Amino acid sequence: MSKDNWKIWEVFIRSKNGLNHKHVGSLHAPDADMAIKNARDVYTRRSEGVSIWVVPSDAVTASSPDEKEPLFTPSDDKVYRHPTFYDIPDEVGHM
Amino acid sequence: MTKELSLDEKFQDYVDGENKIEPKDWMPEKYRKTLIRQISQHAHSEIIGMQPEGNWITRAPSLRAKLILLAKVQDEAGHGLYLYSAAETLGIDRKEMLEQLQTGKAKYSSIFNYPTLTWADIGAVGWLVDGAAIQNQVMLTRTSYGPYSRAMVKICKEESFHQRQGYEIVMHMARGTKEQKAMAQDALNRWWWPSLMMFGPSDDDSPNSAQSMKWKIKRKSNDTLRQEFVDKTVPQAEFIGLTIPDKDLKWNEERGEYDFGKMNWDEFYNVIKGNGPCNKQRIAHHVKAHEEGAWVREAANAYAEKQQKRKQANTAA
Repeated sequence: MSKDNWKIWEVFIRSKNGLNHKHVGSLHAPDADMAIKNARDVYTRRSEGVSIWVVPSDAVTASSPDEKEPLFTPSDDKVYRHPTFYDIPDEVGHM
Repeated sequence: MTKELSLDEKFQDYVDGENKIEPKDWMPEKYRKTLIRQISQHAHSEIIGMQPEGNWITRAPSLRAKLILLAKVQDEAGHGLYLYSAAETLGIDRKEMLEQLQTGKAKYSSIFNYPTLTWADIGAVGWLVDGAAIQNQVMLTRTSYGPYSRAMVKICKEESFHQRQGYEIVMHMARGTKEQKAMAQDALNRWWWPSLMMFGPSDDDSPNSAQSMKWKIKRKSNDTLRQEFVDKTVPQAEFIGLTIPDKDLKWNEERGEYDFGKMNWDEFYNVIKGNGPCNKQRIAHHVKAHEEGAWVREAANAYAEKQQKRKQANTAA
């Protein structure tokens, strides 16, 4: 790899305590420390965050769009997993 | 029996259903190429756009103005980076995009080949150039490619400050001394037509537009966006007592929008071809800054390597 081309990092920002870190984009940096510093300049110029995660892009394993069906459709026919599946008389009140 | 749909047809159906395309989804090769061209061109525009504005940082008329301009130019760098990162999800490397910019293979918005001659130009750039960019970018928040759309949402949130600070500069000058008002009018005169041309050729002369609209990369035509921009901007100029430099400009009661004059497309194509006032200077400066920054990149690499070795040595011990 050319030295001129820093590797790509995925950036995750926690906007405030109590919320998850959320993926916001990516950037180039030579190491993790610089990735954090760059992420601060690129993604939090307007108080968007209180915490930053950076992860090398090549460390992310993603499911393939081709697997969408076998992975996610089995849950479609399991309506009994949702509370609205059950008939509870109104008299019982909120449950 | 229903006909088996081709991949292209399935893709079109999916896009027609207002679904977003994400990086790993199948897409027609031409869709990918169109996006790489458009997003990288957009990124280059943000980066080159820093130059005409950076020109005035050291000469800003007050500390307040200087702080604002610095923040704005830093935003443009950020916008360039969001967009390069969106383009990279399509399988092109940022380094390759920079090479395309520096060798002239990739274009950037022609508007940045015009010089910023006076402080009023900084106002006009924010008001008109960023205003025109916003018109386009608000539409692009609904583009069919997910990463591009998300980058646009972030950019639009920040861009609104750019336009407002620009209008504030022009407004103060228009309400200032006679000389200041003349400077504001002069800036409007020079930036008006190039700003209208930012939306690109007329729909009849824009061969790629139809396909981009079909794929929902673009959601509105060049002429529609241009008309919206004119209708929004004319009252803003009137409010501060400046005159739009177009003798054919007049309200069309029937259509409920402004009629406006013809653009000088010869000039437009001439600037695209590289013959604008600043084309050579802009690219030369980009190359120079990139080369002069080489030692910083090397030093950061050397430091990263040293830290890595130290860490390994500590783990081994």
